Amino acid sequence: MLAYLPVLLFVLVGLGFGAVTIGLSTIIVPRRENAVKNSAYECGVEPVGNARGRFSVKFYLVAVLFILFDIEAVFLYPWAVSFHQLGLYGLIEMVLFILILLAGYFYLLKKRALEWE
Amino acid sequence: MVPYLFLGFAALLVATALMVILHRNPVTSALFLVLSFSSLAGIYLLLQAEFIGMVQIIVYAGASMVLFLFVIMYLNLQHDVEKGAQIALRRGIGWMVGALLLLFAGLLAKKGWVSGPVAALPPDTTGGNAAAIGRVLYSRFLFPFEITSILLLVAMVGAIVLAKGRPAPQGEAE
Repeated sequence: MLAYLPVLLFVLVGLGFGAVTIGLSTIIVPRRENAVKNSAYECGVEPVGNARGRFSVKFYLVAVLFILFDIEAVFLYPWAVSFHQLGLYGLIEMVLFILILLAGYFYLLKKRALEWE
Repeated sequence: MVPYLFLGFAALLVATALMVILHRNPVTSALFLVLSFSSLAGIYLLLQAEFIGMVQIIVYAGASMVLFLFVIMYLNLQHDVEKGAQIALRRGIGWMVGALLLLFAGLLAKKGWVSGPVAALPPDTTGGNAAAIGRVLYSRFLFPFEITSILLLVAMVGAIVLAKGRPAPQGEAE
């Protein structure tokens, strides 16, 4: 339990940092507001329109592919740690796992799913 | 110490889960879901399942939530609160599912709980939590593990087919 003390400390420092910086800036900053200052800044472009615009589905595809390979990596981790006990048997089953996913990877490349058209 | 921490995490989990379904803005709901995933990770840590806890944060709170937010954006919710006949249908389905859930909960409660061993089983952590998972996952649960790769493959192909759609006319004919 005591091993989590640094984690707790980290969380507290993180929360404290956020609270202190936001708190201080609301207290000590001078406020001279005008219309230009209050407008949303977006690289000089007039920020108009709804923030809930629709995205291109291409972003979603990248996100889905990321999560799938993320899960693959998650499976690799306990395998790598227990590899010595699993031996050759473990190696073969992981190669099988990776091969099946590799088929998906080649499909992805063939379909040019990651190319930004 | 641990029981109090459990109560804290459990209360946070239930409260944020309630906020997920009660909040009117779907984006805020999704962010509450992040918090509820995080408190679930805390409970995993209390159970000394460190690996599961970290995966919970990395995969669920990190990656899955990105997908959830994407889907919410795709649904193009110009007005967050919908009206009309659709909502009546949705309400009806909601009530039905809720009644079913209550029924199952009642059946479960009638059966009674099987109480586990009073003292927690000593976790098999020779070489750490992840190694313990690895030893079981890649021997006893080998088949589900290999099936997972098929599941991931299906998801990959499905996502590509859905997102890429049929190729443009000048593209390759399929």
